Amino acid sequence: MPTPLDLATFLVQCLNAVQYGLLLFLVASGLTLIFGIMGVINLAHGSFYMLGAYLAFSLVPLFGEQFLLMLAAGVVLSALFGFVLEWVFFSYLYQREHLQQVLMTYALILVFEEARSLLVGNDVHGVPTPPWLAGGFALGGLMSYPWYRVFASVACIAVALALYWVVNRTRLGMMIRAGASNRDMVRGLGIDIRLLYRVVFAGGVALAALAGMIAAPLSSVYPGMGGGVLIICFVVVVIGGIGSITGALVASLLVGFVDTFGKVFFAEFSGVGVYLLMAIILVWRPEGLMKRGY
Amino acid sequence: MQLAPRLTALAAILCCAAAAHAQGTGPIKVGLMLPYTGTYAGLGNAIENGFKLYVQEQGGKLGGREIQYFKVDDESDPSKATDNVNKLIKRDAVDVLVGTVHSGVALAMAKAAKDSNTLLIVPNAGADAITGPMCAPGIVRSSFTNWQPGYATGVVAAGKGYKRAMTITWNYAAGTEAIKGFTEGFEKGGGKVLKDLNVPFPNVEFQALLTEIAAQKPDVVFAFFAGGGAVKFVKDYAAAGLNKTVPLMGSGFLTDGTLEAQGAAAQGLLTALHYADNLETPRNNAFRKAYALAYKSNADVYAVQGYDAAQILGAGLTAAKGDLAKRDVITSAMRKVTVDSPRGKFTISAAGNPVQDIYLREVKGLNNEYRSVAVKALADPARGCKL
Repeated sequence: MPTPLDLATFLVQCLNAVQYGLLLFLVASGLTLIFGIMGVINLAHGSFYMLGAYLAFSLVPLFGEQFLLMLAAGVVLSALFGFVLEWVFFSYLYQREHLQQVLMTYALILVFEEARSLLVGNDVHGVPTPPWLAGGFALGGLMSYPWYRVFASVACIAVALALYWVVNRTRLGMMIRAGASNRDMVRGLGIDIRLLYRVVFAGGVALAALAGMIAAPLSSVYPGMGGGVLIICFVVVVIGGIGSITGALVASLLVGFVDTFGKVFFAEFSGVGVYLLMAIILVWRPEGLMKRGY
Repeated sequence: MQLAPRLTALAAILCCAAAAHAQGTGPIKVGLMLPYTGTYAGLGNAIENGFKLYVQEQGGKLGGREIQYFKVDDESDPSKATDNVNKLIKRDAVDVLVGTVHSGVALAMAKAAKDSNTLLIVPNAGADAITGPMCAPGIVRSSFTNWQPGYATGVVAAGKGYKRAMTITWNYAAGTEAIKGFTEGFEKGGGKVLKDLNVPFPNVEFQALLTEIAAQKPDVVFAFFAGGGAVKFVKDYAAAGLNKTVPLMGSGFLTDGTLEAQGAAAQGLLTALHYADNLETPRNNAFRKAYALAYKSNADVYAVQGYDAAQILGAGLTAAKGDLAKRDVITSAMRKVTVDSPRGKFTISAAGNPVQDIYLREVKGLNNEYRSVAVKALADPARGCKL
């Protein structure tokens, strides 16, 4: 049963929606890059998110209060990991059918989960919030809002802007956009498409891992955490239009709003809202909101 | 006639085989169907350790007969449950099934046990239905129903004078059963549940619902979460500052096995369960010491449930002097037993579920410390059970 909302509560809920949407965007942007530009259905993307969270869990004790430094180290490590992974596994997938891609990336999920189980175990862990971001501020006498959530949103916006700049204003971005629309032509123009793919893939892994690291103190670090994220990210990518960064941003925010207000107003059907949104948008625009590469 | 002597010989063999069976000299085959991989692997191992500890204490025998173990990893996967349980029932021909942690898997086991007339002892899964609509003489549980800790928490919350409550859980069976229990206990005590909030399983984005709680300002919030979700919910609740304005209570799983990850956010939380970390009773201390000695790790509630599963089976087999053919003697003895459990003594209801004290515990450091008995000898209502 819908409950009436006062203005303050409504604004706080909007803040929640934006914050959730931004975090989704961070994971989904990597997925849409890989999916849209390289044409690989990467089910293992959720595992990269998990990788990030576990990286944060293992790196925080080493870096102590240097949270930003920790994030940077994690991004470098995960990008390297992505680079190697592309070279060893994914580079063999581009010419294959989607079924084979799904099989291999699903196998990778199992491998990553088992490796996680062997290396870190199956316990649930928490990652401490950095001391300089501890605490929160009062929000209209209603509740307190943690500073760390603000930091997470700001970090996501910063990454979104950086991505926009790279994709639209740099030579690398130009090649990425070109590769998304016509890979044969790009190759024909003498651009090393294999290296380009490797860089894009490493970037996608780093984005997902960064999202996992940023989310780790907010949430907790636990086995199978990538699964839920993967599904919702595919929803975002499909709504936004495969391969479109801007589309992913718009779709993430849409999903954030629908999910947040769905939970508040229609608690019993909260799981359905996002998928209903996807269905409606696909009927309206079967290709998603935005065109590939923008 | 050539055939006659052969037939005689065959009859003699069959006769001897039947006699051997009736005498019951061979070992009793116990099929352990537990999670040995995945998220619940730790729980499965603790249950097995607890079970074996009791059997060892009895000299490796229950009811005068050796125990032989067969193991199957159920992977906590309900879709494989029927195949897995049939490996034990059909391939290994076990006499007794013990399992499991996951409720969906346990329900499939209960059905298979009923169909094949195999004894089943459930050492964890809390689905109300196992000792409700699915109940059977051959099925006994050594743990709890989801309803029990929920109900006890409701009684405590109402006793504290809280009038308006909100509940929050994952939208799945265990959660809704716990919420039903809480609502029943709380409203019986004069309280009113304003609203049931839920998120789809295993979603962990709670911020919108926390805002909703902050806006409604209830007297108390009851939560049912476990594992990673429990950690995140308790941390988010504290981060929103709600722990200072609206007390949070829950079924014990909210803070069991999760305290290291929850850290400061969980301190002072009140939860209800049939076990606590510092029950300073001689029985519990002796059990914990023996367990630590045998397995080099600390016993937990799952180890206790495994240990008690073996006690219940032992009571049944002792009454029948190890003769599995006396099935009625076994099943009725398993219900008449007073189990001298590390958690405290408890009996078994007609439906096959423990009638047990539920404790109120408070989080102190990394322990769920015993505070008081929330409800004494609480029996599950066993709705839908015709026994």
